[in-house]
Amino acid sequence: MQRCDYLLSQLDVLEAESIQIIREVAAEFERPVLLFSGGKDSIVMLRLAQKAFAPAPIPFPVMHVDTGHNFPEVIEYRDRRVAELGVRLVVASVQESIDNGRVVEETGRRASRNRLQTTTLLDAIEEHRFDAAFGGARRDEEKARAKERVVSFRDEFGQWDPKNQRPELWNLYNTRIRQGEHVRVFPLSNWTELDIWDYVRREELELPSIYFAHSRRVFERDGMLLADLPYANRGDDEPVFEATVRYRTVGDASCTGAVKSSAVSLDEVIEEIAATRITERGQTRADDRASEAAMEDRKKEGYF
Amino acid sequence: MAAPKQMDILRFATAGSVDDGKSTLIGRLLYDSKSIFEDQLESVERTSADRGEEYTNLALLTDGLRAEREQGITIDVAYRYFATPRRKFIIADTPGHIQYTRNMVTGASTADLAIILVDARKGILEQSRRHAFLTTLLKVPHLVVAVNKMDLVGYEQGTYESIVDEFTAFASKLDVADLTFIPLSALHGDNVVERSVNMPWYDGPSLLHHLEHVHIASDRNLIDVRFPVQYVIRPHASTDPELHDYRGYAGQVAGGVLKPGDEVVHLPSGLTTTITHIDGPAGPVEEAFAPMSVTLRLADEIDISRGDMIARPNNRPEVAQDLDAMVCWMTPDRQLTPRMKVVLKHTTRTAKAMVKELNYRLDVNTLHRDESAQSLGLNEIGRVSLRVTQPLFVDDYARNRLTGGFILIDEATNNTVAAGMITGAR
Repeated sequence: MQRCDYLLSQLDVLEAESIQIIREVAAEFERPVLLFSGGKDSIVMLRLAQKAFAPAPIPFPVMHVDTGHNFPEVIEYRDRRVAELGVRLVVASVQESIDNGRVVEETGRRASRNRLQTTTLLDAIEEHRFDAAFGGARRDEEKARAKERVVSFRDEFGQWDPKNQRPELWNLYNTRIRQGEHVRVFPLSNWTELDIWDYVRREELELPSIYFAHSRRVFERDGMLLADLPYANRGDDEPVFEATVRYRTVGDASCTGAVKSSAVSLDEVIEEIAATRITERGQTRADDRASEAAMEDRKKEGYF
Repeated sequence: MAAPKQMDILRFATAGSVDDGKSTLIGRLLYDSKSIFEDQLESVERTSADRGEEYTNLALLTDGLRAEREQGITIDVAYRYFATPRRKFIIADTPGHIQYTRNMVTGASTADLAIILVDARKGILEQSRRHAFLTTLLKVPHLVVAVNKMDLVGYEQGTYESIVDEFTAFASKLDVADLTFIPLSALHGDNVVERSVNMPWYDGPSLLHHLEHVHIASDRNLIDVRFPVQYVIRPHASTDPELHDYRGYAGQVAGGVLKPGDEVVHLPSGLTTTITHIDGPAGPVEEAFAPMSVTLRLADEIDISRGDMIARPNNRPEVAQDLDAMVCWMTPDRQLTPRMKVVLKHTTRTAKAMVKELNYRLDVNTLHRDESAQSLGLNEIGRVSLRVTQPLFVDDYARNRLTGGFILIDEATNNTVAAGMITGAR
């Protein structure tokens, strides 16, 4: 019987759109790179890149901007996944930027390397002459990101000018830049947090273990649960306790909070996400809490 | 494609200004579908309170940039997401004023449906007509006129019906494929998610019900096979001998249905061959249609590269270097003028082009054609003739939005300066 619906599920449509974007950028830029943090979004992005060129290998390297403040589980995952795919890994180290005097470590209890990453990232883009960097940011994450283009222009200083963005119509992306400029590309722009989790489940993607409920020594700061790792600068007035937690996002361990959870399986995590009433960045990212425009300000400087 | 078809995606654009209650409407859709989170709401409430506003200003949810919040205006297209068990929705929230025409054009380019907000007290305004025109110019298949603030006219049927009559009369001059009217009050929630008890005379669906059920599957062109080649996949370095001869042509289907065994023609060569395999993201598939991203394998070795087109021998796009098109000019930096040289990007092909002629400038409010116009400025729309340096494989925009749309890029600044919709080709 002739099928007359030709329907695709929402994940099929999102997947097709992301693959189109990835191929377009690979075709039109000379030196793309995929930014890989070991978080769920970049894991999905890496999977989409794999599919976009299969059965050929991914035709560009991946880069990890390493703050040095990592969850060991994530680094272990990163190295294993990269080896499986046979892609080249570039590690851009914030510690090196500090050692070279490019940036100065913040001081005080809430010192974080989050903002320092921007310099490390931009230096690495310049050093390796990357002209396009794929990022896993989504528009549903944050209101400044909701306004950003899929192919987002960066000037020779790596800056984003939100008021002067190139219009983006249909599936046509303007990929023209001059020497020294680059673009950030966000193939997951139209995905939501729940879409990511649904896709992880559908594709049976492995995630770092910290995404699932586990027992961890944590302390509370600003209403968030932070891991008791050396670089969290825990004060004496911040008592440590044992809790069953999982992470909703993976970032710099000094400013990424855990949530109390008993969800040990993907199905249980998805159930929790579907029911939650707080955004992932609001719940787990100290870096976004600085002000109403914290993300916009960092993005203008060249942040992810 | 094995996944159950539980949910699809509807992309819709909203046009209107804060005064029309657009942000309130979006806020309500998001809130009632539990897509606004507590921390977002608290942040908006805090900002509203800091400013001394007496109600929570839901516009702050969508106005993401500092400048927008400071000036209380929407500058750019904001994308918002929500889902019900039936559908995932992507809202392109566009500002309504004439100085943001380019933003509305951008938001409408990918929309399946557009919502035009009309204030029941004010009736059809100039901007309502403009929004309706832009929606049809961009060939958005479904149009909803949301007659808002019905609470402020006592939920009166007569008021609603005179608006429907006036708009219907105007719309008959446009090419509106599917037009729906819904009387509602975004503030009180009448006919937004649930049918309103205040308007028993209205027997249509609520807005959300309409969004969930409007049939969009047949909006795509499933007849004319169009496959712009985006990327050639050749895993030559592979040690796997099976892959040694693999040569795949990757792209996103822009029209029609492709199947293994189909005879196809390659453009520009005009050579015909047969599809042997179609590789989808999850492995081989038996058919491919828009918007699937797939890789075709062909029976014969033909020299095929990015920018080429695969179609059916008896159904080919126009192969053309001379185009007639409607364009929306999008930059304040310079104007469109005859003899101007630009870069044109159409499907996966990019070529230099020259504006041969500006046939007329269209007044987007009155639809009056000014044939004496010498230029197009920011947000202006007109009809032009273009000469392209190499052949493009095109269809009329009305027949296929993906093979009929293009962008123009300024070679000096690399900015995207125009969106174009092809109306004729030679």
